[in-house]
Amino acid sequence: MLVQYLPFLILFIVAVAFSGGAILLSRLLGPKRPNPVKLAPYESGMVPIGGTRRPFHIRYYLVAMLFILFDIEIIFLYPWAVIYLTARAARLFLLLEMIVFLGVLMIGYIYIWRKGALDWE
Amino acid sequence: MPEIVIFLLIKLVMTIVIFALWMTMVPFMIWLERKVIADIQIRIGPNRVGPFGLLQPIADALKLIMKEDITPAKADKLIYPIAPALLMVPALLAIAVIPIGGMVTIGERSFTLQIMGEYRGPNGFFVPELDAGILLSLALSSLGVYGVVLAGWSSANKYSLLGGMRSSAQMLSYELPLGVALVGPLLLASSLRLNEVVNAQSNFGIWFIIPQFVGFIIFLMSGTAEVNRAPFDLPEAEQELIGGYHTEYSSFRFAMFFMAEYLNMVTISALAVTFFLGGYRLFTDIVWLQPIWFALKLMLFLYLFVWIRGTWPRVRYDQLMALGWKVSLPLALVNLAITAIVLAYVPKRAVLVLTITSIVLITIAYYGSSYNIRRSTDMTARSGYARRHLPESEETRI
Amino acid sequence: MEITGYNVAFIAIAAMTVTSAIFVVTLPNILRSALFLMFTFIGVAGLYVLANAEILAAMQLLIYVGAITVLILFAIVLTQQLMGARITQTSRNIVLGGVAAIAVFAFIATTFVSHFSKGSDMIAAQPAVPTSDPLLMIAKMLIQPYVLPFELASFILLVAMVGAIVIAKEDKD
Repeated sequence: MLVQYLPFLILFIVAVAFSGGAILLSRLLGPKRPNPVKLAPYESGMVPIGGTRRPFHIRYYLVAMLFILFDIEIIFLYPWAVIYLTARAARLFLLLEMIVFLGVLMIGYIYIWRKGALDWE
Repeated sequence: MPEIVIFLLIKLVMTIVIFALWMTMVPFMIWLERKVIADIQIRIGPNRVGPFGLLQPIADALKLIMKEDITPAKADKLIYPIAPALLMVPALLAIAVIPIGGMVTIGERSFTLQIMGEYRGPNGFFVPELDAGILLSLALSSLGVYGVVLAGWSSANKYSLLGGMRSSAQMLSYELPLGVALVGPLLLASSLRLNEVVNAQSNFGIWFIIPQFVGFIIFLMSGTAEVNRAPFDLPEAEQELIGGYHTEYSSFRFAMFFMAEYLNMVTISALAVTFFLGGYRLFTDIVWLQPIWFALKLMLFLYLFVWIRGTWPRVRYDQLMALGWKVSLPLALVNLAITAIVLAYVPKRAVLVLTITSIVLITIAYYGSSYNIRRSTDMTARSGYARRHLPESEETRI
Repeated sequence: MEITGYNVAFIAIAAMTVTSAIFVVTLPNILRSALFLMFTFIGVAGLYVLANAEILAAMQLLIYVGAITVLILFAIVLTQQLMGARITQTSRNIVLGGVAAIAVFAFIATTFVSHFSKGSDMIAAQPAVPTSDPLLMIAKMLIQPYVLPFELASFILLVAMVGAIVIAKEDKD
C-alpha cells in the first residue's frame, strides 16, 4: 500500500524544509567575517598541535563488527515475538527454536567475553 | 473532492500538529532542564526573559540564528554542512509511527492520531497502520550515527573526531539492548504496530511497566545512552574533549545538534510511554483527553531525564561499554527468555508470574552488575592506566 | 507506460539509487563515497517498499544502512592513509575491466530480455497487495519450511563472531 507512505513523505518534506530553512535563515542573518585564526581547528584557544586526523584503536572496528552480528540476531526476534502468543499449538516449538538459536549465539558471546573483546582498557 | 485529497489534507494537518508538539517539547525541555538543574544545584536559573525565564530558549534560538556560521578552513566542504541535517532529519522522521491518541471519528471518517496510522473513509477507503511500526522507528533512529561520525570527521579537528568515534561506538552498543528490551512488550502485544501495543495494555488491564519492569529499566538506561545524555554523555565531556563531535560548529548548525539530541530524547520518552506506560490511555476513553494524557506522561519522562542528569555523575568510558555489553545485553536476553518461558507454560497467570520474576531478576541484576562492573573496570584501571602513569613512589611521596 | 503514482515513485527512487551508486564508484574522496553508499542503500530500501516488502525494507535500513555502512565508515576513519587522500577508483587495466563489465551487463540484459519475452511490463508490473499480513507470513515460515536455515543462521553468526575476534583482537600480553 503506497498510500500508507504518503504521510511519511509529508513528514519528510516538513523535516527537510525545517532543517534547510533554518540553516538558510542563519546564513542570511548571520555576519560573515572569516579570518585565518577563526577558521583554524579549535583547541581551546591554543595553537593546534599535530595533525587533525589520527588513527584509532581497532576496538572501535570490533564494536561495529559485533554490532552487526547481534543486530542480525535481534531482527530475527521481532517476527518471532509477533507470532509467539497467537501460535498456540506451536508455542513450545517456537520456544525451543529460539532457545537453540540464542543458545548457539550465547556460545559466541561467552567466547568474545572470555577473549576480552568486550573490555575497554 | 476525491477521498485521497481529503486523506492527504487530514494527514498534513496531523503531521504539522505532531511536529509542532515535538517542536514545542524541545524549548520546554531546555527550559525545564535549566530550571530543575539550577534548583538541584541551589541556583535560580534563567529568570530574566519572560515569566520564570520561560522565553529563554526562544531568545537562545534567535541569538544562535544571528551568529556567524563558521566552516573551518580544512573542513570537508560537502559533508561538514550537511552533517547536522543527517542527525536532524532521521530524528524528526522517527516520530511517524508514534500514536499520540486513539481513534477519532469525524462524520463518516475515522482515523488514529498517528502520522502513519489507520484511516477509514467513506466507500471503503481504508489505509491500514504500518505493519513494520516499531522496526521503522528503530531503523530511522539508527541513522543518527551517520550525523555523528561524519560531523566528527569532516570538522578536521582531532577532538571532534575522537568525540564522534566515541559517540558512535556508544550509540551502536546501546542499540542492541534497546532493541531486545522492546521484544518483551511485543511478545505480550503480538504486534509491531504501536497502536496495538497500547491496546494490548488495556486488554491485559495492566501497563507493561509492571510485568516487564526489567525491560523498562534496560530501555530507559539504553535510551539515555543512545541519546548521549548524562550520565552517559561522554562524547560531550567538556573536561577532556572540548565539545565532542560538534566542537567546530556554530550558529544554527550547532543548535541543530542540540535540537536533534532533545528531539531524540522526546522520541525515546514517547516510545517508553507507548510501550510501558499504557500510551495515550488513562482512566477513560474520551478521545480528546488522550493527547493530553500522552503529553503529561511524556513530561514525566522528560523530568526523569533531567532528574537523572542532576543526580548521577558521569561514568567512565570503560564502565559505559561494560554496562552496555556485559550487563544490559545479557540481562535483556535473560528477561526475554523468562518472558517467553512464562508465556509458554503459565499463559493464564503470565502477568502475575512475570511481575514476581522481574522483581527477583532486577534485584539479582543490580547486585550482580555493580559487582561485575566494579571488578572488571577496577582491574583494568589497576592493570593499565595506573601502572603506566603513576610511579611506584607515588604513595611513599605522599 | 502510463503515469501512475507507483511509476513516478519507482522512477524517482530508482534514479536516486542509481545516481548515488554512480557517485560511490567515481568520487575521489572515499568518505563521500561511503556517504553516497548510505543513500544507495536507502534507495534500495525504498524499492523494497514499492515491492510491498516493508519488513525487508526495515531490515535493509537496520542492517545495511544502520550497521554495515557504519562499519565501512569506521574502517575508513581507522585507516589513516585513506582519510585525507584522493584516490582514483578506475583501474589501469582498461581491457580486462571492460570485458568484466560487459560480461556482467550481458548477464543482466539477458535476464531482462527473458523476463520481457514472457510478456510482462517491468515497470508497470506493480505487485499485488498481499492478502495476509506479510510479517505474520515471515513469522510462520520460521516455524514450517525454514526452521533449519534459521538455526543455521545462528551458526553462521557464531562463526562470524569468532572470525571477527581472530581478525581484530590482538592477543593479551
